[in-house]
Amino acid sequence: MKVGQPEKFIIDGKRLDGRAVDELRPLKIKAGVLKRADGSAYLEWGGNKVIAACYGPREVHPKHMMRPDRAVLRTYYNMAPFSVIDRKRPGPDRRSQEISLVTRQALEPVVLTNLYPRTAIDIFIEILQAQAGTRCTGITAASVALADAGIPMKSLVPACAAGKVDGEIVLDLFDIEDNFGSADLPVAIIPKTGEVTLLQMDGNLKGDEFERAFKLAVEGCYQVYEKQKEALIEKYGGGD
Amino acid sequence: MEDIISEVERDYIASLIAEGKRIDGRGFDEYRPIEIETGIYQKADGSAKVTMGNTLVAAGVKLIVGEPYSDTPSSGVLTTSAELIPLAAPTFEKGPPSQEAIEVARVIDRVIRESGAVDFDALCITEKEAVWIAFLDLHILDYDGNLFDCGTLAAIAALLNTQMPKYEDEMVIYEEKTGPLPVRDKPMETTFVKIGKGIVLDPNLNEEQVLDARLTIGTNQDGDICAMQKGGPGTFTQEEILELVNKSKEKAKELRKLL
Repeated sequence: MKVGQPEKFIIDGKRLDGRAVDELRPLKIKAGVLKRADGSAYLEWGGNKVIAACYGPREVHPKHMMRPDRAVLRTYYNMAPFSVIDRKRPGPDRRSQEISLVTRQALEPVVLTNLYPRTAIDIFIEILQAQAGTRCTGITAASVALADAGIPMKSLVPACAAGKVDGEIVLDLFDIEDNFGSADLPVAIIPKTGEVTLLQMDGNLKGDEFERAFKLAVEGCYQVYEKQKEALIEKYGGGD
Repeated sequence: MEDIISEVERDYIASLIAEGKRIDGRGFDEYRPIEIETGIYQKADGSAKVTMGNTLVAAGVKLIVGEPYSDTPSSGVLTTSAELIPLAAPTFEKGPPSQEAIEVARVIDRVIRESGAVDFDALCITEKEAVWIAFLDLHILDYDGNLFDCGTLAAIAALLNTQMPKYEDEMVIYEEKTGPLPVRDKPMETTFVKIGKGIVLDPNLNEEQVLDARLTIGTNQDGDICAMQKGGPGTFTQEEILELVNKSKEKAKELRKLL
């Protein structure tokens, strides 16, 4: 058993932060928060505070990354040293490299990169405060930043995780549940078609538990999608 | 590490799959021939070499004694690394590990860790002071696709082959062994790729080059899901994912029999 593990995660149907098992943490999204970036978004999702910026389409450096038939989409996920309790050493570690990779692959299916050959579209995700679920927070923010930059896309991409604590399937793990729980399943989708663009999992789930957690995470994505749309409508109007 | 592939070849592979065929003649749910050798590198505490078709992965386990992490003071440590060395493919470059190499190592590490395959508590020597630290290094020697499944198989074979060195008077005596590394599960990973509308198991390099989306599913010997990783620029439908999860358990059983 790890140090600091709580005895129970769910007491009288409530989680340790007071939520129901299928309840998201409070989520606030603001589009267009940075002056210099072509597009940006700020998210507060529970205790996560994340800012994403999009630059491009712009010239590709280094040149060998250039593709003659499409734009290259590049994603950089980075945690601020002060974003976690034990100071994180600055710079990319193995975890953030992997998250950068899956973030790109979560967004690539919707970005119409073929419209901008020989260019780069760069997305920077900065985790200022982390309370678990930062890759989902980052993808959700990046998608709004891309829209704010006016990059043509088939859809927004919302992301949300489900997991298992005390043998129960719960939505949107926060840090205690993530650290000591028994499974974490982050998912991102294209809401109109229900197609899945991000799927990762660690922990232990029986077949039926996986199916329930997967469906719950997808439902969470649809709730996140509403917030993404609201943020864009708030900045640009429309939406009727 | 992007290989250039011509549009003609891309169309050919995709149109074959649309007809229910694969470029190397396999069935959609069929692994390439697999061979496993263990205990081949004597300086390692455990080792294995696995071929899956033309993909060749060598795995070695080295044990040292060190301090435990402060949040798990009575647990041993496992560190998994993968190197995509330039020897294995013209597109691999020297230098620090690429994102792809990191992903391979982390996804293989994930299924070993989350399945509880290694009994970390049994690797404690003195709480808070000394535990066994196992380094699992995967060396890709020939890259013809599907490093996840081949690498996991090599990793588990090497862990099962590992003998614990003797630890006495704060010294590790590598020449003397005290018994096998405590391994209590044989987790496996199975990787599927979607090309057009078809989904095939165990992609070879050509298929990986043209894939739309990739899904790796790790299961333990009870069939529980312990790790997953979607990759590639495309998507899966929710139905496809649920179907692949079921299929994965059966395929993992086949792999486990080879150990």
